[in-house]
Amino acid sequence: MIPGSAESIGTGRFGPYGGRYVPETLMPAVTSLEAAYQDAAADPTFWEELDHLQRTYTGRPTPLTFAARLTEQCGGARIYVKREDLAHTGAHKINNALGQGLLARRMGKRRIIAETGAGQHGVATATVCALLGLECVVYMGTEDMARQSPNVFRMRLLGAEVRGVASGSRTLKDAINEAMRDWVTNPDSYYLLGSALGPHPYPTMVRDFQSVIGREARAQMLATVGRLPDVIIACVGGGSNAIGIFDAFRDDSEVALRGVEAGGRGTVLGDHAARFLAASPGVLQGTYSYVLQDEAGQIALTHSVSAGLDYASVGPEHAWLHDTGRATYTSADDEEALDAFETCSRLEGIIPALESAHAVAEALKLAPTMHRDQIILINMSGRGDKDIFTVADALGVKI
Amino acid sequence: MSRIRETFARLQAEGRVALMPYLTVGFPERESTLELVPALEAAGASLFELGVPFSDPLADGATIQRSTQRALQNGITLADCLATTARLRERGVRAPLLLMGYFNPLLRFGIERACRELAAAGGDGWIIPDMPPEESAELQAAATNHGLDMIMFVAPTTPEPRIAEIAARASGFIYVVSLTGVTGERQSMAANLGEVLQRVRRHTDLPLVVGFGISRPEHVAEVARLADGAIVGSALLAHLEQLPPDRLVPGAAAFVQQLLGT
Repeated sequence: MIPGSAESIGTGRFGPYGGRYVPETLMPAVTSLEAAYQDAAADPTFWEELDHLQRTYTGRPTPLTFAARLTEQCGGARIYVKREDLAHTGAHKINNALGQGLLARRMGKRRIIAETGAGQHGVATATVCALLGLECVVYMGTEDMARQSPNVFRMRLLGAEVRGVASGSRTLKDAINEAMRDWVTNPDSYYLLGSALGPHPYPTMVRDFQSVIGREARAQMLATVGRLPDVIIACVGGGSNAIGIFDAFRDDSEVALRGVEAGGRGTVLGDHAARFLAASPGVLQGTYSYVLQDEAGQIALTHSVSAGLDYASVGPEHAWLHDTGRATYTSADDEEALDAFETCSRLEGIIPALESAHAVAEALKLAPTMHRDQIILINMSGRGDKDIFTVADALGVKI
Repeated sequence: MSRIRETFARLQAEGRVALMPYLTVGFPERESTLELVPALEAAGASLFELGVPFSDPLADGATIQRSTQRALQNGITLADCLATTARLRERGVRAPLLLMGYFNPLLRFGIERACRELAAAGGDGWIIPDMPPEESAELQAAATNHGLDMIMFVAPTTPEPRIAEIAARASGFIYVVSLTGVTGERQSMAANLGEVLQRVRRHTDLPLVVGFGISRPEHVAEVARLADGAIVGSALLAHLEQLPPDRLVPGAAAFVQQLLGT
């Protein structure tokens, strides 16, 4: 599906999932956002400006790298890496922030609200706001602020106001609650949601802005290898980097799509964020999808070593890809992700984000079971500089 | 005639405003609601909004967030809220009882089952803040089927054509959100409240009940001039937080009398 085609906006439902479960106060804001995106999506000059900035500001296209030493160590499938870690600000989040930032400016908005988990979306949003001259307020759980302190400082350097959220588990879910409370109080502000979550049109719009990853990767595979990969692996928190790389391969039935969730520190509810392992359908923060919850419908606490995957629900399109079987979902636990973090750093000279390390961990498990002429493509959704304190702590190293 | 209609008809005949306290079920203690509701009814409250606690109340401010956290610590579930409704009826409470809560616990419980059990418990309707009319067909059908009202919201941001659509589907009363924001105490009522109410009034004969920010007797008096009912939530809960346990029930009743100026 090509962004810019009017039908790409859709109805906001992916099978039964999606929808818009928001307070009445926000309904006019959500519907006017839908109309504005519909209008922008049909306007070639909107995509031309985005494309121009992606090339001259973000540094797109990001490279496709053959991971020779990982491949050698696994002794099976050849492993390729789509390098979103090399995009400006160090993660795929800039793709969506730039697209929505241009949309906000087109709507005449002056004040931007965002939430952030790992801080990558907050940094991307703060960056775009600096670029476009917009006011920026970022909500972040205080637990995440502690484990991602470099990103807090980066956001402030970029001129954003970072507001700590100390309710609930003090992570991404609570930051989204607080961002939505700000939006309901200031419905003229623009809420720049960072993942393929939330009420319609966000899951569709965020996917469209992230789908550049898969379009580039598909063309690069064909140009440099001459064929498509057998398996694509991406980590799934809210699921924006995964849907971004999956989208272009949706109709290539020979390409398996595999999402990797956070297995955390165990399988007990509260110790992980593996929605497809243990969750059931429910409504959280504006959308109907798989939700980790208890028997009374209360949202469960989650845990992951990676802040960006530490969320109780998942984008509604992933719920539908799961149910239809087009994509499969698995998990990597904290330990596997930390191992993959070190392995990837040492063997490839690429320090992955802890989120992306979950995808690497899955590739390390899968590649040895595959044939040498098969291909795995990993979406390296971000770089790991932000995670060095967490990893040092986990390794018992003082820095 | 439904209990809600009957209540507003009686109040209108008497020329009185309906005061609708919001009480989080199981706050401050697990059984508090069973004592508070009869006492507040005796003090002059006309309808009750009984809050079903939810882990992620994104339309609520700090006071209601604290109360629902406490209720969750007290182990309160939707099933407990339904049981509380039934027990309040056993205790002779006659005022309409509406359950207010976010959609997920209700969805998890089962929409049809929740409506059936609420009706059997003697409840009168649902107030679901994250359920706009666009998503409400299934719940509305089940509610109607069991003689319950599903209360619709109008906000200051709701454009007039949408007010007309909402009014056409509404029953019981219309919940008019007084301000753009989350629940919580405010110093004064929104300046454009009268204008918003007039806009809604053009499209419905249903009672208009104003909520969000109503904290003081003068706010209730102002709403009484403009609308049919006033909801008091955060201010009441904040007052409950201040009261010593042995003064909870009489203190709450005195607060309601004060709000009504009686």
